[in-house]
Amino acid sequence: MIGNLDLSTLQYIWWILASIVGSLFLFMTFVQGGQTLLWQVAKTDDEKGLVINSLGRKWELTFTTLVLFGGALFAAFPKFYATSFGGAYWVWILILFTFVVQAVSYEFRKKPNNLLGTGTYELFLFINGTIGILLIGAAVGTFFTGSNFVLNEYNWVRWTNPLRGLEAAFSLFNLSLGIFLVFNARVLGALYLVNNIDFSGCKGLEPRLRKAVLVNFLCSLPFLLYFLVKLLIMDGFTIDPQTGVVSVVAGKYLANLLAMPWVLGLLLAGVLLVIWGVVATGLKEGTSGIWPAGLGTVFVGLSVFFTAAFNNTPFYPSKADLQSSLSIFNASSSHYTLTAMTYVALLIPVVLGYIAYVWHAMDSKKLGKEELLSDEAEYY
Amino acid sequence: MLEQTGLELVNWARAQFALTAMFHWIFVPLTLGLSFLCAFFESIYVKTGKEEWRRLTRFWMRLFGINFAIGVATGIILEFEFGTNWSNYSWMVGDIFGAPLAIEGLVAFFLEATFFAVMFFGWDRVSKGFHLFSTWMVAIGSNLSALWILVANGWMQFPTGMAFNPDKARFEMQNFWDVLFSPVAVSKFTHTTSSGFLLGSLFVISVSSWYLLKGRHKDMAKKSIVVASVFGLLSALFVGFTGDEAAYTDAQKQPMKLAAFEGLWKGQENAGLVALGVLNPDKRPGDDKDPFIFEIRVPGLLSLLANRSPGSFVPGIDDLVYGNSAQGVMGADEKIKRGKVAIQQLAAYKKAQQLGDQVAAETALQKFNDYKAYLGFGYLDSPEQAVPPVGITFYSFHAMVALGTLFILIFFIFLVLTMKDRIEGQRALLLLGVLSLFLGFIASEAGWVVAEVGRQPWAIQDLLPVTVARTDINVGSVKTTFFMFLVTFTVLFIAEVGIMLKQIQIGPEGK
Repeated sequence: MIGNLDLSTLQYIWWILASIVGSLFLFMTFVQGGQTLLWQVAKTDDEKGLVINSLGRKWELTFTTLVLFGGALFAAFPKFYATSFGGAYWVWILILFTFVVQAVSYEFRKKPNNLLGTGTYELFLFINGTIGILLIGAAVGTFFTGSNFVLNEYNWVRWTNPLRGLEAAFSLFNLSLGIFLVFNARVLGALYLVNNIDFSGCKGLEPRLRKAVLVNFLCSLPFLLYFLVKLLIMDGFTIDPQTGVVSVVAGKYLANLLAMPWVLGLLLAGVLLVIWGVVATGLKEGTSGIWPAGLGTVFVGLSVFFTAAFNNTPFYPSKADLQSSLSIFNASSSHYTLTAMTYVALLIPVVLGYIAYVWHAMDSKKLGKEELLSDEAEYY
Repeated sequence: MLEQTGLELVNWARAQFALTAMFHWIFVPLTLGLSFLCAFFESIYVKTGKEEWRRLTRFWMRLFGINFAIGVATGIILEFEFGTNWSNYSWMVGDIFGAPLAIEGLVAFFLEATFFAVMFFGWDRVSKGFHLFSTWMVAIGSNLSALWILVANGWMQFPTGMAFNPDKARFEMQNFWDVLFSPVAVSKFTHTTSSGFLLGSLFVISVSSWYLLKGRHKDMAKKSIVVASVFGLLSALFVGFTGDEAAYTDAQKQPMKLAAFEGLWKGQENAGLVALGVLNPDKRPGDDKDPFIFEIRVPGLLSLLANRSPGSFVPGIDDLVYGNSAQGVMGADEKIKRGKVAIQQLAAYKKAQQLGDQVAAETALQKFNDYKAYLGFGYLDSPEQAVPPVGITFYSFHAMVALGTLFILIFFIFLVLTMKDRIEGQRALLLLGVLSLFLGFIASEAGWVVAEVGRQPWAIQDLLPVTVARTDINVGSVKTTFFMFLVTFTVLFIAEVGIMLKQIQIGPEGK
């Protein structure tokens, strides 16, 4: 069956798959959010140990999801990979850099003779959770605000802004999305920790986490609202389906949501699910808020990615040269490669399945203080 | 149109790739080898139920974890560096090259990441059997990731299973299986992963030797040595076997690389293999200088290894640069002429299409197709540019081979003496054991130097030189990121070594 799909169906499938991976990454940024909460919610070494070790069992999944997101875009939309990474050079380099320093920090933080000291590795984790996530948000924001590049007849990229991608962070719209993602990650981080930790040994941690859920959600709201309102009223980029010519039109993204009510539904359902998770954990005594809020984040992510790319919309528009803009149609891999990769994608449910199984097996018993003190356990 | 930017930019981008790849390669082979060794150790524990094997397993796992973290840290850059520094490359071959990277993420990295958490934190949370299963999954996941990235690398060395699409100005995949099972990909995978097993074994021997020298944890050290020397010996023999295969595929697919690492300037029938030699640094393509100041040669062996046919002709650097019509070797000089035609016709095709002149477009395309096999050569200015740095390639190759032979001997002696329980008193041998890890690193890195320096100037063999593959960016940015990574990786590396040494000093009892 897969062998008979036409090119445009495959292009849709691959945008959906990339969007799923990207949105799952946004859910998994609870790790980054938790990292930024460390100094705020954990007052003692024991509490810090709990937070770090709880997140430490998951950080690699988040990291790997990001890597897969990059890999999937490379395989399915190589023109985007080449244009954006080569063009918006500095924004990506800085994002990656925050993940480089994150990757060693869990392992090195408490180990004797670690050269930089515990505080430095905790700072690395903080930087990853703030600057890293903020810049990812700013980069995703350019899906709507556009970038400054020109492709020549060989599809080679020339970036026309000397800031090489950092200019993305100087747009209020992009910045709002970034800041929203930082606060949302903190909400998710607090929700995850409430769910994952056995607080019997350190009573003070739990109320601080529950409060963090609420406070960070409230902080995230103005940025989310600004992003959404602006998205609905801003000019957008559109492709003429007949000629393929790209132009700027008013209210494009509002039109997209109205033309694709299911995307609007995803967005609204996503926001409601996040609110549900926040209320259940922040105002009530629930411990499972991470699940609705996580699913809600995935939904919001999907709606953002779909709005950016479907309904004849170039997902990586160029302000410098409209006709260089990238769409899922002109930026994709060949029919053969997309078909081959779609066969590979059949493994995705298998991968999700064993991740879920292991997650359940490892987390069915909450992480408590005793485990970190016992001689048997390995810990960060 | 396809203008070339200054060499400075390309060289900084190359330097950055070399830097990040070589840093990454300090940690990866240890991950490849130690993950399997941990799986062996734990299997013995589960089978025997003996507490000392559990302690031993957990000790090596702790060291594995320290190494793993920095391996991950240095790895993420490589995945994205193709885009940041080699943007034209990413576009031109992304249709083929992107796939193995995505598959690596999906099938390999998630196995590692998911089961790593069980392996480390699951001792009391999952059953003994599931824990062992997880440890094996980490080992298999690590080595699967090596498979896919080496398939990608193998494709750069021997591009196959694809065709050029002139409308998009890129190469497109035509046959996934050709890419996956290309002879170069297969020999890259087998040779490289087994060299990782070898290095992992040397690591265990090195640390255990140190314990024996200090008279500490003697029982654990000896047990570890037995397992590691068996694994190491088998791996080292396999490395030799696959190395022969790799040299053979080089001879067939990348003859210039073979000529460079053998220091073979003038092609010969019945060519000899240089076992040991000092190159003449003044030797240049086309001159009549003696290429060696001193050399020991095994007569006829190179012909046998390169073509599996005694007495056969092996082309030298000069043949590949200037051609040798008697032997049917086309030189880079002729290929450059043809490549320039390909580039011209591609431009003409594009232009005609823009103007809507279908007849002219068709003519240009036909001519382009006749010459497209030489496309990459068209970007070179002189045939001598097709020659990689001979000295680095030659010495790296010979260091690698010599050390590889030595390792077989080391593993064998360690195995025999430990089995006879006579290893403890052998101070000189134990010192060599400690040292062997560093020799292993040299050999391992040297292998990549041969593979990558030896194929310069190509990003994609014969089709895309590095000067065209690069991103259009100011050299300052690339320089800045080069130093950013240099400083960061160096600091993290020092931290890692410090932590590792401390943990070794603490030993299996403590934390």
